[in-house]
Amino acid sequence: MTIMKNALGYTPGVLLESGLTLNDHRNAIQERTAKTGFYNGHETLEFKDKDPIGYERIFSKVRAGLVNSREVAKKIAASPIVEQEGELCFTLYNPAGDCVATSTGIIIHVGTMGAAIKYMIQNDWESNPGISDGDMFTNNDCQVGNVHPCDIATIVPIFYDGFLRGWVGGMTHVIDTGAVGPGSMSNGQIQRFGDGIQISCRKTGINDTPLRDYLHESQRNIRTTKYWILDEKTRIAGCHMIRKMLTEVIEEEGVEAVEKFMYEVIEDGRRGLVKRIKAMCVPGTVKTVAFVDVPYSHPDVHVPSTFAKMDSIMHAPCEITVKANGTWRLDFEGCSRWGWHTYNTNPTAFTSGIWVMMTQSLVPTERINDGPRYATEFRCPAGTWTNPKDRRTAHADAWHFLVSSWSSLWRGISRTYFARGYLEEVNAGNSNPCNWLQGGGVNQDGEVHAVNSFETAACGTGACAMKDGLNHAAAIWNPEGDMGDIEIWELAEPLLYMGRRIKTNTGGYGKYRGGLGYETLRMVWNSADWTMFFMGNGYMNSDWGLMGGYPSATGYRFEAHNTGLKERIAEGKSLPLGQDRDPSLCEYEKHLGPDAIVKRDKQCITTEDMFDNGDLYLNYLRGGPGFGDPLDREIASIQEDLNQNFLMEEFAIKIYGAVFTKDDEGVYTIDAAKTKARQAEIRKERIGRGVPVREWMETERAKIIDKDASLAVQQMFASSFYLSAKFLAEFKEFWDLPADWELPEEELGTPMYGARHNIDIGDLPDVHPVIMVEE
Amino acid sequence: MSTYTKKQVSDLVKGTLDWDTVHLMLSMPKDEARYKLYMEVLQENVSYDDKIILAVGPHLNIVESSKDQEIIIKCDCGHEFGHYSKNWKLNALIYVRDNVEKMKEVYPELMAPDTNWQVYREYYCPSCGIMHDVEAPTPWYPVMHDIQPDLKTFFEWLDMPAPAKI
Repeated sequence: MTIMKNALGYTPGVLLESGLTLNDHRNAIQERTAKTGFYNGHETLEFKDKDPIGYERIFSKVRAGLVNSREVAKKIAASPIVEQEGELCFTLYNPAGDCVATSTGIIIHVGTMGAAIKYMIQNDWESNPGISDGDMFTNNDCQVGNVHPCDIATIVPIFYDGFLRGWVGGMTHVIDTGAVGPGSMSNGQIQRFGDGIQISCRKTGINDTPLRDYLHESQRNIRTTKYWILDEKTRIAGCHMIRKMLTEVIEEEGVEAVEKFMYEVIEDGRRGLVKRIKAMCVPGTVKTVAFVDVPYSHPDVHVPSTFAKMDSIMHAPCEITVKANGTWRLDFEGCSRWGWHTYNTNPTAFTSGIWVMMTQSLVPTERINDGPRYATEFRCPAGTWTNPKDRRTAHADAWHFLVSSWSSLWRGISRTYFARGYLEEVNAGNSNPCNWLQGGGVNQDGEVHAVNSFETAACGTGACAMKDGLNHAAAIWNPEGDMGDIEIWELAEPLLYMGRRIKTNTGGYGKYRGGLGYETLRMVWNSADWTMFFMGNGYMNSDWGLMGGYPSATGYRFEAHNTGLKERIAEGKSLPLGQDRDPSLCEYEKHLGPDAIVKRDKQCITTEDMFDNGDLYLNYLRGGPGFGDPLDREIASIQEDLNQNFLMEEFAIKIYGAVFTKDDEGVYTIDAAKTKARQAEIRKERIGRGVPVREWMETERAKIIDKDASLAVQQMFASSFYLSAKFLAEFKEFWDLPADWELPEEELGTPMYGARHNIDIGDLPDVHPVIMVEE
Repeated sequence: MSTYTKKQVSDLVKGTLDWDTVHLMLSMPKDEARYKLYMEVLQENVSYDDKIILAVGPHLNIVESSKDQEIIIKCDCGHEFGHYSKNWKLNALIYVRDNVEKMKEVYPELMAPDTNWQVYREYYCPSCGIMHDVEAPTPWYPVMHDIQPDLKTFFEWLDMPAPAKI
C-alpha cells in the first residue's frame, strides 16, 4: 500500500486505528448519536455492565490524575489569579474532542477546550498543520469557542502505540492579554481588534518544546510577561502530567478497556442527567428573564468609536422546557443584539457556563463530562448577544452578560425543585459578581503591570428555600469561592488595603435573605503612570429574588483623587478606613483633604482613568438575592442581622416591620409581639396600596402606546423585536397592542452601526465553524 | 436510596432541619418519598380541604378543588387565583416601585436601581397581603408566567394516579 503524504509530510487517516480521519470519526459518532439517542450509539453500557469495577477503576485513576495534575501545576504559576484563586483546569477528551473527565477548577472550559479540539478536527488540522506526538496547540480565540481572550488553553494530543488515544487541555486565566485596556477583563475596546492577543488553535510546540516564534510573539503582545510565561509552563506541565497518567492507565488496564471507557462514560453522563432531571424537576415550561446595564453614554466611558457611545441593556429571556423523556431544552429566543462592548459571548461559552452551575445542583458529581450536553437542547438565536455571528465582536468581559443571564436560570429551575419538595436545592440566583477592579501601569517593583482583582470570586450567594445565602462566600458561576489573602493582593498590586468589611444591606431581603457582599477600600501606593477602571452593574440589577424575596442591592461607584492622604498620614490625622456603610452619608469624604475630587454615583462601568498615589478606589462586591416574603423572616434572624451589622435600622423597620430597642452597648433587642403586630399592619398597607394587575396593565399599556420609556429600554426592546418576530408577537398580544404598533430601532435615533449587516466568521475562506446549538 | 421522616421534611419546610440531615439531602440521591411527605406537610399547614398537588411558593399552591375537582392556584389564606394553566399574577394586586422615593423604601440611596432602567413589581394576595413574588424587569416588560407544569407527565413520573381534571 502506498501512503500518500501531503506537502507538509502528513497523511490524513493514519491517526486512528480505524483508518478514519478525525473528522470522519467525529461525524460517525454524531450520526450514531442522532440516530439512536444514545451517545455514540451506546444503547447499553457494555463495559460498565460487564466489568463495573474495572470501569470505576479507570474513572478513579483518570479523575485523580486530573485533579492531582492541577494541584501540582498551579504551584508553578506566580499569578495570584491562578495560584491563589485556582483559575485553571485540566480536561481529558476522547479523540473526537468530547470530554471524558475533568479536574476541579474553572470547569466552563470543559466545553471551550472541547470546541477548540473539534475546530481543529473539522478544519483538518490533521493535514495542515499536522497532529503528531509531542505537539502543543494554543487557543484563546472566542470565535472558536473561548469565553474571553484571557483564558488561554494549551492542548496536547495523547498518542499510544502510534495512534491518537485522546487529548488533554489545560487552561489558565492570564492576568493580561494586551487588550486596549489593561487587566484580563477590560473594556474600552469595542471590537475583537482591540481585545488583546488572539491565538486560533495554533501549533505552538513540537517534540514537547514550545516554539520560539510563539514565545517571542506572545510576550511582545501582552503586558505581564513574567506571569504569562509562568502560566504557559503551568499549562504545559499539567498537560504532560496527564498525558503520562493516561499512558500509565492504558498500560495497566489495556488499550481496549480505556478506549471503551472513553466513549461509554459520556453516555453514562448523559443518562445521569436524565435520571436526575426526572428525580428532581417538574416537567413543563418555566419562563425567566434577566437584564443588565451597559451605560456607555456617560463621560467616564471613553470608547474609540461614536457608534459605541450609547446606553443599552442586555436582555436574556429563557424558556426552559423539561420534557417527558427527562431531557430538557433551553431556548433563548428574544435576546437582544450583540453590541460594541466587550460583553458578547458565543454559544459554546454561554452553554458551557450553564454546566458549571448545574454541577452544583443537577449534576453534582465528579463525573463531569460532555454527556449532559447530549441530553440538552440549546437554542441561541443568531444575531443575539449569545450568538453574534459576527467576527468583529469583543468578548473580554463576557462574564458581565453571562453571569447576569444565568442568574435567572437558577430561579427558573429552582421553581421546579421547590414545587415537589427539594427545598435544599433551591437557589434564588447568583449575585452579579462584581466589581472587577482592574487597571495597570508601573507597579511597586518598577515593572509594567496589569491587575484584575479576583476578590469577586467571593460574593454573597442567593438565598435557599430553607436557609440564608452565604455571606461573601462564593461566585456560584465559578466554583472557587475564595476572596484571596490581603497580603497576597498587596504583593501583586500597588494598592494598599484601607479596609475590608462586610457590606451592610447588600443581601436581598426575604424569609431567607441573600448572602451579603463585602467591600474593600484600596489606596494606590508606590506606583507610577497607574490607571484603573470600574466594571459592574449599577443602574440595574441582574438578579430578582424568588417567590417574594427581593433582589440584592445594586452597585455604586466611589473613587477619590487628590485626596491629601499623604499629608494626613504624616500629620497623624484621621483616615478613611473600613466601611462605607450608608453611601448617602459620604463617610469617607470626612477624612479627605479639602481639595479631594470624589466620584460617588451609579456609573459602575468606566474606562481607564489615571490614579495617583494616595487616590482611593472602593471595590464593592455584591450580595445575593432573597427568598420568600420578608415578613416571614424569623424574629431572631432579624435581630441577628441588626447585631451583626448586616442590616440598617431603617430597613429592619421598613422591610421587616421590626420594633426594637438598642442598649448602651449598641445591642438590638426586638419586641416580637410588637413586631408581629406591625407586620400585620404592613400586610394591610400592601392591600391598600396595591392595585389589581389588570387595572395596572391598562396604565402600562398606555405608556407603551405613548412610547414612554427611557431610550435604553426602548432600544433593548427594539433590538429584540427585530431579531424575534415571536417575541414581538407575544409582547403585542400580552399588552393587547394595536396591530400596527411597532418599535423600529430606526425611529429611536440611537447608533445602529452593525445592526443590519453582519460579517460571519464562516465567510472566511477555508474556515468551517463548529456549531453545536440550534441557531 | 435515602429516606427521611415526615418530621424531617416538616422541619425542612420550617427551616429548622439540622445541618447534618440537610447535608445528606444535598449529597445523597434524592428520596422518592419526598413529594408525598411534602404534600402531607403542606396540607397540614393550611386550613382548606382542597388537595395540594404542587407548590408554587411558600404560601401558594396548585390544588385540586374539593368543590369541582378543577385544578387551581390557591393562597394559604384561601384566596383563589384561578386555573393553574393561567398566570396567577394577573389576579393579584401589584405595587410598582418606579421612582426614587419608592426605591428608597427598600434600599439605601445609590444601592437601588435607577427606575429609568428597572422597576420592582411586588405581587400581593388581595385577601391577606402576603407578597408572593417580586419582579425586577424594565418598564413595559410583560408579566412573567413563571411556571406551567405538565401535570400529566409529572404524575406518570411519580407513578401515582393523576387528578381527574388535568
